[in-house]
Amino acid sequence: MRAYLDHNATTPASPEVVAAVVHALADEFGNASSVHHFGQRAKALLDEARSHVAALIGGEPAEVVFTSGGTEADNLALRGAAEALESGGRRHIVTSAIEHEAILNTVKALVKRGWTSSILPVDRSGIVAPAALAAVVSRETAIVSVMHANNEIGTIQPIADLAAIAHEHGALFHTDAVQSTGKIAVDVRALGVDLLSLSAHKFNGPKGAGALWIRRGTRLVPTMTGGKHERNRRGGTENVPGLSGMGVAARLAREKLAAEGPRLSALRDRLERGILERVPGTAVNGAPTPRVPNTTNISFDGVEAESLLIALDLEGFAVSTGSACSSGTLEPSHVLRAMGLPTHRTQNSIRFSLGLGNDEAQVDALLAKLPQVVAKLRTLVRR
Amino acid sequence: MRVVVAMSGGVDSSVAAAMLAREGHEVIGLSMQLYDQSNGEIAFGSCCTLDDLYDARRVAAAIGIPHYIVNFERQFEDHVIADFVREYAAGRTPIPCVHCNGDLKFASLVERAESFDAEAVATGHYAQVDYDETTQRHRLKRGVDAQKDQSYFLFTLSQAQLARARFPVGHLDKTAVREEAHRLGLRVAAKKDSQEICFVPAGEHPEFVGRRAALPGGAIRDREGHELGRHEGIHRFTIGQRKGLGLSTGIPLYVVDIDAESAAVTVGPREDLERTTLTASRVNWISGETPASPIRAHARIRYRHHEAAATIAPLEDDRASVVFDQPQSAITPGQAVVFYDEDCVIGGGWID
Repeated sequence: MRAYLDHNATTPASPEVVAAVVHALADEFGNASSVHHFGQRAKALLDEARSHVAALIGGEPAEVVFTSGGTEADNLALRGAAEALESGGRRHIVTSAIEHEAILNTVKALVKRGWTSSILPVDRSGIVAPAALAAVVSRETAIVSVMHANNEIGTIQPIADLAAIAHEHGALFHTDAVQSTGKIAVDVRALGVDLLSLSAHKFNGPKGAGALWIRRGTRLVPTMTGGKHERNRRGGTENVPGLSGMGVAARLAREKLAAEGPRLSALRDRLERGILERVPGTAVNGAPTPRVPNTTNISFDGVEAESLLIALDLEGFAVSTGSACSSGTLEPSHVLRAMGLPTHRTQNSIRFSLGLGNDEAQVDALLAKLPQVVAKLRTLVRR
Repeated sequence: MRVVVAMSGGVDSSVAAAMLAREGHEVIGLSMQLYDQSNGEIAFGSCCTLDDLYDARRVAAAIGIPHYIVNFERQFEDHVIADFVREYAAGRTPIPCVHCNGDLKFASLVERAESFDAEAVATGHYAQVDYDETTQRHRLKRGVDAQKDQSYFLFTLSQAQLARARFPVGHLDKTAVREEAHRLGLRVAAKKDSQEICFVPAGEHPEFVGRRAALPGGAIRDREGHELGRHEGIHRFTIGQRKGLGLSTGIPLYVVDIDAESAAVTVGPREDLERTTLTASRVNWISGETPASPIRAHARIRYRHHEAAATIAPLEDDRASVVFDQPQSAITPGQAVVFYDEDCVIGGGWID
């Protein structure tokens, strides 16, 4: 048996999504910008995808700009807004210490260009306090970017409160919703944000497809300059197969959300409770609520996470030591470090993230195996 | 049998993995990440670079085995790099490969292997290991390919380590290994051999050591103590070195002694390099038992040395004295002296 428990890294594409990608690739090869029949058919697929993505997040189709994924959406949001706003004298950006590298490294790039930045701390719960934002935001602040749900621990940030504070000071608010879209209800109006990033492959869509939702009227300079695609906001011939697949994935995610959320939540709790009960020396990292329903991040005392990951993989269970993007480095997770966890806990943590294909049998199989795997690793002399 | 193969991305360990897989073993490929490569730069191109990890991954995929990269940066720094710098600072000439084998591949990696219930760790070394029923001891033997034999670098292995060690290419010569790689369609079949020291480009170790240890310059003297010139640090020298002394004398002069305390380098004519005796420390006897009395064997004083007949006498504190029948040139502190009985390694130690 193999169980895939790493859905925050990526998810398998649903069969309907695969069919949509294949259909677009095989049957609708036109350039969506072309005037003729073939172009119109491709354009129709894009329009449909755009409306599904907009519906998933409560936005208007015209506000959705397609990108190559979450990282590009984040770059477009921060760099595009920065370039649009810096002439007005705002050259300060605020983000949190637990963002994805796509945000943190883009902020660093802006700082190199002479911007100032403030990095909001988090407490042990892994949640950003609105008061921390209120303390640093000012009339100089151009953009505040705080992720909706964290990729490593799953905690959900108080986006509506944070956005309101940013707006009081005339700053734009961006949220990286790559890890929340498709897992919990995401509504751009309720969140009160100006910009929101999402990525198809995190909700059973294809890789290489994502979107930035841009509130109507928000000024943004394109980072990908080229033709007049995406209403002049992102040049480049659209990836019709990928985006069409994203549209289907968005529709399915919206349809399944009401049932899938509670199911995953119960499954995750079963896994989490089972580990805490059966494996001594374990602790959950981050606040249990509010948290996306599929994620738990657990430290195993005296166990090197890298070894546990490999041992579990050899047993047929795919998990991760945190962000897939930082695999192969020795750096302890910047998220767990920002939460103030001691080094031994940051290097002993495993992320379990569930999804559509997981069931109780898989969770129970893992729970049956995990205690002996951990015990074995603990008996080894540490060098 | 579940077996871990240390995959460097080179042809030898790739073929080792493929051979074990073909024999029906459950093979797990592990590659060691030994230094921070997160900036994507490859400073030098011999072993364990990002390119090599890529090669190892491609080979593992081709033969259908799981492959993981294990991060041993800390162990490599603590056991290999730190010793390398310390030895040069002490006026000695280290062999980091021995530590990498004994302290990483057959220590940290074996420990990982155990945690995955693997019974053995295989590498691409040209050496052989077998079990002698009469003595009930594991034996470490030369690789069949005399040019490639790497048994010298494995002399620190204990009986427990040898019990788990597998050297699948040890009975082949390099040509056969490359042919095997071709036959298996491995992309690394024609890849060039790695250099001796993987983490420093050839000839650049002084800069490497200099960045990590502040070493003063000093005098270059002849045997009588006359100062012939100055140097910029003893780590730039090894016994027997002739080039890079910056001296203009009528006869060729060689480094014959390095004194760390006074930072003095002594030079002399070639015949001054000749010695008949040496002592060695931290001696490991492959059988696990120190001989009760002096033994006759052949001793090798550096990797590319043709071992010479000697009498080896165990001393206290895991030391030994080696008396060669004939004088040997450039016996170099920090190098290993390894004892052979025909094709078997019987022990070895570090030259004082």
